[in-house]
Amino acid sequence: MINSSLQTLSQMLADKQISSVELTQTFLDRIDALNPEINAYVALDKERSIAQAKAADARIAAGQAAPLTGIPIAQKDIFCAKGWPTTCGSKMLAHFVAPYDAHVISQFDAAGAVNLGKTNMDEFAMGSSNETSYFGGVKNPWDFTRVPGGSSGGSAAAVAARLCAAATGTDTGGSIRQPASLCGFTGLKPTYGVVSRYGMIAFASSLDQAGPMAKSAEDCALMMNVMAGFDERDSTSLNRKKEDYTRDLNKPLQGLKIGLPKEYFAEGLDINVGKVVMDAVAEYKKLGAEIVEISLPNNGLSIPVYYVLAPAEASSNLSRYDGVRYGYRTPEYTDLMDMYCKTRAEGFGAEVKRRILVGTYVLSAGYYDAYYLKAQKIRRLIAQDFVEAFKQCDVIMGPAAPSTAFKSGEKVDDPVAMYLEDLYTIAVNLAGLPGMSVPAGFSNGLPVGLQIIGNYFDEARMLNVAHQYQQATDWHLKMPEGLA
Amino acid sequence: MQWEVVIGLETHAQLQTNTKIFSGASTAFGAEPNTQACEVSIALPGVLPVLNKEAVNCAIKFGLAVNAEIAPRSVFARKNYFYPDLPKGYQISQYELPVVGKGEVTIQVPAVGKNSAYEKVIHITRAHLEEDAGKSVHGAVEGMSGIDLNRAGTPLLEIVTEPDMRSAAEAVAYAKKLHELVQWIGICDGNMQEGSFRCDVNVSVRPKGSDKLGTRREIKNLNSFKFMQQAIEFETRWQIETLEDGGTIQQATVLFNPDTGETRAMRSKEEANDYRYFPDPDLLPLEITEADKTRVKAEMPELPEAMKARFEAEYGLTAYDAATLTASRDLAAYFVATVQAGAEAKPAANWVMGTVSAKLNAEEKNIAESPVSAVQLASLLKRITDNTISNNAAKQVFEALWAGEGDVDAIIEAKGLKQVSDSGAIEAMIDEVLAANAAMVEEFKAGKEKAFNALVGQAMKASKGKANPAQVNEILKKKLTG
Repeated sequence: MINSSLQTLSQMLADKQISSVELTQTFLDRIDALNPEINAYVALDKERSIAQAKAADARIAAGQAAPLTGIPIAQKDIFCAKGWPTTCGSKMLAHFVAPYDAHVISQFDAAGAVNLGKTNMDEFAMGSSNETSYFGGVKNPWDFTRVPGGSSGGSAAAVAARLCAAATGTDTGGSIRQPASLCGFTGLKPTYGVVSRYGMIAFASSLDQAGPMAKSAEDCALMMNVMAGFDERDSTSLNRKKEDYTRDLNKPLQGLKIGLPKEYFAEGLDINVGKVVMDAVAEYKKLGAEIVEISLPNNGLSIPVYYVLAPAEASSNLSRYDGVRYGYRTPEYTDLMDMYCKTRAEGFGAEVKRRILVGTYVLSAGYYDAYYLKAQKIRRLIAQDFVEAFKQCDVIMGPAAPSTAFKSGEKVDDPVAMYLEDLYTIAVNLAGLPGMSVPAGFSNGLPVGLQIIGNYFDEARMLNVAHQYQQATDWHLKMPEGLA
Repeated sequence: MQWEVVIGLETHAQLQTNTKIFSGASTAFGAEPNTQACEVSIALPGVLPVLNKEAVNCAIKFGLAVNAEIAPRSVFARKNYFYPDLPKGYQISQYELPVVGKGEVTIQVPAVGKNSAYEKVIHITRAHLEEDAGKSVHGAVEGMSGIDLNRAGTPLLEIVTEPDMRSAAEAVAYAKKLHELVQWIGICDGNMQEGSFRCDVNVSVRPKGSDKLGTRREIKNLNSFKFMQQAIEFETRWQIETLEDGGTIQQATVLFNPDTGETRAMRSKEEANDYRYFPDPDLLPLEITEADKTRVKAEMPELPEAMKARFEAEYGLTAYDAATLTASRDLAAYFVATVQAGAEAKPAANWVMGTVSAKLNAEEKNIAESPVSAVQLASLLKRITDNTISNNAAKQVFEALWAGEGDVDAIIEAKGLKQVSDSGAIEAMIDEVLAANAAMVEEFKAGKEKAFNALVGQAMKASKGKANPAQVNEILKKKLTG
């Protein structure tokens, strides 16, 4: 049952083969058994989850079920959920209980899904290994000595270890796709503006985007049907017609043009990872796809550009954590300035502070033009690369991460090495495009993800492309031995 | 040396919207602390701003009213600084691309001496939309500071002028004109005590004839025009004295102390913040189309300049009178209502600007609070025109109307103020006066013109002021010369 697709679970619930309470309890029991080791969840509220499950069962009994009614979903702890602790992985918000629901949370509530708990994450989503979390690292279910990736590391481990039916994540520079690659499941970052950011704690507003993390493309499509849609409370939310993301899943791929950017297969990519990705591409050829080599000439600039723009926005977004109204406040201080300094020095971790400092610097008088403004200009060039590329192909493929899951502690003292984890994912955020990672095989027993990048609003096509691959292969069905 | 003062103003006008600029919280003044602070107002994690369209309409109205360029695309920026009553740690404002560009306001500066003024055009540099901060409340709890976020997120239009003003009188005239204008077009309630209309004044001095600007100091905390006048005069004297004593002016922000009438430096420019402005990624650029402007224009009342021109053409008023009557929308409306109720325009203008305004000023009332309605004033003026009462008697009737002693005719009746226009009665009375003042008659006949006026005076006195003065003149002249 824990391996069942959302579609199957939904059918079982409808057929009364199982109740939502039983399903929820099954996952809660697994969480009890495995979470102390894996540390995927930072907050559980079993009574609440069971109460939601009961309500879902009543709704199903009344014949008013929606596709995800009664399905237990793990929520990344970046989404405000009324009455739930909402920590964003930080000491700053360690005791913060959200008084309102994020748009994503209310969408799942309206669908009748069960909130199973809040998942661990890098502090304020800043990290690629989940090691910056105030609540400790998360273990990769495939190898407990390794990281699950980040920043959505808790959701990633929860999906991979089957500690939930599916989970939510957010992706600012790769935070859904890189952990999906490292933990071997399917994750989608939608086009910027497709999922409302209301109630999602901001890291870098122009890049942040929420998306599904699940066992298959089909599951991601069902999750997207709940998460996506216009929300007037987010000015960057796009007012588009509601779409059914499952509509194209079964289309054949005959004639699909796949672009392979030469920059994605150059220095920096682990040879074995590259091989797995090329095997997947070969599979697509069998499915009738054509391969074209393309170029994204400015991809190499995406990391430096990102590490100017994201910290700039973060330095401002995180100013509200000042100890005045909510969150952590230093216990002893002499005056206002002392309170500010101690609160922020004690409340934020090292990586967050590093980015606040960088961001403050690049926005400062005299440096703004050279850094922030320049980076904005290059950002437009990077986006333009994709515009050119999509003239030649329908989707772009490549690795989602340069290597498989690395050892805990391995890169923690080397921020630049950590930043390179997002070499293939960041440009997608800078351009605002949708991207996903799909399990494509293993290297030395560790999962490898294939990244699929689509044109704006092409999520349905990407899900189709991934689904057809998952019909032909079974990589996405693998789960860590010993956790079954 | 002859000095010249150079003044520019930055005004924050609180826009009259029901809800805040980026959230649905109420903007009503005076509620219990933090009862109008929604999750956006207190900047909870995850909240996002959504622009209030009504605030944009206010900005468009202002742009149209000052004949300004309205930007087809303007950008909201974050102004970053830490302060306890600034919940996000940044203020959403506009920086490089403001919604309203260059415009102008024509002011009437009262000249020394009555009933005249000179006109001057003050150039508007820009006006931009931004949100207000909350308030720090000190002392409500012993030894602690409290934060009230009711005001946080209230929409403001910051209106900046060129350094065009050359005296405190000009600065005050501009501030008053702007104050009236924002109320006229219905975008601001103008309440200075509640902080709805706040002016910061940049003052510098330079040798007369120089085209180089001196170093400026910015005066804050001016919540009345009287204080503005005092503060500028004090600041100007202080700067001139400092320079004449060989000192230099440091750029600074100064506070006006109404108790001492002095300005004092609050912080120098060196301590100024680096606000690290950058475009707010949570908000899209603000786009305003020609259609938006047309729609807003249709909602706007006739503007003061247009109304002034119309008063000159339609009512034959002088430019000065027309300008005075259109100094406020309420005053203009009162005048128009008086005329529409049947009064002649010129006497109506004179009465509204003279007797009515003097009485209002004396009692510190505004025209909307006048106890004498426009209709009552018109009835009164009609009784002058139809010779029922004299001008002097009319003033007594006006006082009685003000005191609420009934309607015009009843007052005239009760006070016995009706003018005698019966020529037979007047003739008889004049005969008596001539008989009683034979000496004066002789003097007049001997060529002393003054004696005539004395006889008129005697006749008026004999009638207890009730005789129609024109008739008295006429009959007397006929009798003496005829």
